[in-house]
Amino acid sequence: MTGNDAVLALMVATALGFDFTNGFHDTGNAMATSIATGALPPRVAVGLSAVLNLAGAFLSTAVAATIASGLVAAHEVTLTVVCAGLTGSILWNLATWFLGIPSSSSHALIGGVIGATVAAAGPSVVKWQELVSKVIVPALLSPFVAGGVAAIGTVLVYRITRRVSEGARGRGFRLGQIGSASMVSLAHGTNDAQKTMGVITLALIADGALPTGAKAPTWVIVSCALAIGLGSYVGGWRVIRTLGKGLTEIAPAQGMASESATAAVILCSTDFGYPLSTTHVATGSIVGSGVGRNGAEVRWRLARRMVTAWLFTLPASALLGAVAFWIADGIGGTAGVVVVFLVLVAASIAFFVASRRPAVTPENVNDAWTGSAIPVPPADKAVR
Amino acid sequence: MNAWINLGALAKIVVVGLLTGAGLPALFACALWLLNPLGPSTEDAARPTAGPARRALAGLIFALVLAAIGWGISVIVDRS
Repeated sequence: MTGNDAVLALMVATALGFDFTNGFHDTGNAMATSIATGALPPRVAVGLSAVLNLAGAFLSTAVAATIASGLVAAHEVTLTVVCAGLTGSILWNLATWFLGIPSSSSHALIGGVIGATVAAAGPSVVKWQELVSKVIVPALLSPFVAGGVAAIGTVLVYRITRRVSEGARGRGFRLGQIGSASMVSLAHGTNDAQKTMGVITLALIADGALPTGAKAPTWVIVSCALAIGLGSYVGGWRVIRTLGKGLTEIAPAQGMASESATAAVILCSTDFGYPLSTTHVATGSIVGSGVGRNGAEVRWRLARRMVTAWLFTLPASALLGAVAFWIADGIGGTAGVVVVFLVLVAASIAFFVASRRPAVTPENVNDAWTGSAIPVPPADKAVR
Repeated sequence: MNAWINLGALAKIVVVGLLTGAGLPALFACALWLLNPLGPSTEDAARPTAGPARRALAGLIFALVLAAIGWGISVIVDRS
């Protein structure tokens, strides 16, 4: 069965590729505010985030299998479906990263897998009620909950320290920011690395390589941890810039309040098994911290643009996943999966090349916000 | 409990989220305030330093915050 082995290898490669985009798309959720306030130098921040994501991925693997199997009928899942679904997820993640929009990697994953499954077996295999109660309702509520917590935290923090000198306050809260951002990274590693582990495990079970009800094998855990850590280290600088500089100007006290709110809400929700989007929570918190601070300006136009992208994430990645399945299925067999994989690789390279001109890097990530994720290069630098 | 929305879980997330997500930063802020009495002085050198009682109390608060973080990590680990 060399054909099947090839599909299996491509599935694992696609899943790890998704995990990688998950890491770099979401580094900003944890580290954007620390980078924006100068609490951590950009490269140190993504390095710390990478290590903590890596560590977080090993902390817990209990919910690994729930994400996909809880939302679609597991017996309809085949290797081709998973490959196609993940292809849709990756393409949406890359597109939103290119535009500098912090959209949810979890929703991209769920959408892609559901889209491909529906394309393969029809809409009846989706557990719609589970989808609404476990994914859509929490997604709608979580930014507001996190935003409220962050706003209250910001108000409290400013009121309590109103007589503390600016210098001491800045130093203290930058330290606090490092701690709270680290918690978010750890929680992210735990939550998101598991989602990919779950998908790989699900596909291995579907393929018969693992017995039903098996836990994620060690090589899956290790490779997922490495992929998300590496992705975090590469850093999605476009998304980091939008979160750290675009939404609102962030002071250290605000940054700490918003990261604390993010960590608290994610960890609480993990307790209920909600595959909550770190992105939605972090964005809600950052906006909330802007609302909570006197005189801070929130760029609502950008916030609305992000929310629009969030609304499209599930259906768009589902559509991409479905199209990928139709292509793979239309060509058929191993060749179909190979073609879809090659298209994905080509598209990824195209996104990467396009993102270099002009690139958002650790050096210009904190430049003044001029209305887009791409910093306007100073005139002398523009002419090379 | 409604089948489409789990209000109990939502309420718990809001309450625990507020206590930890807003409460801990507020505690941290209290410790900072204890360590930096008087103000708002822009001259850091001229700033009076905190007395032993304020320092001890601030240390206690930092320990409390660290303990809460430890609890958060144990919540993650306990899921396995």
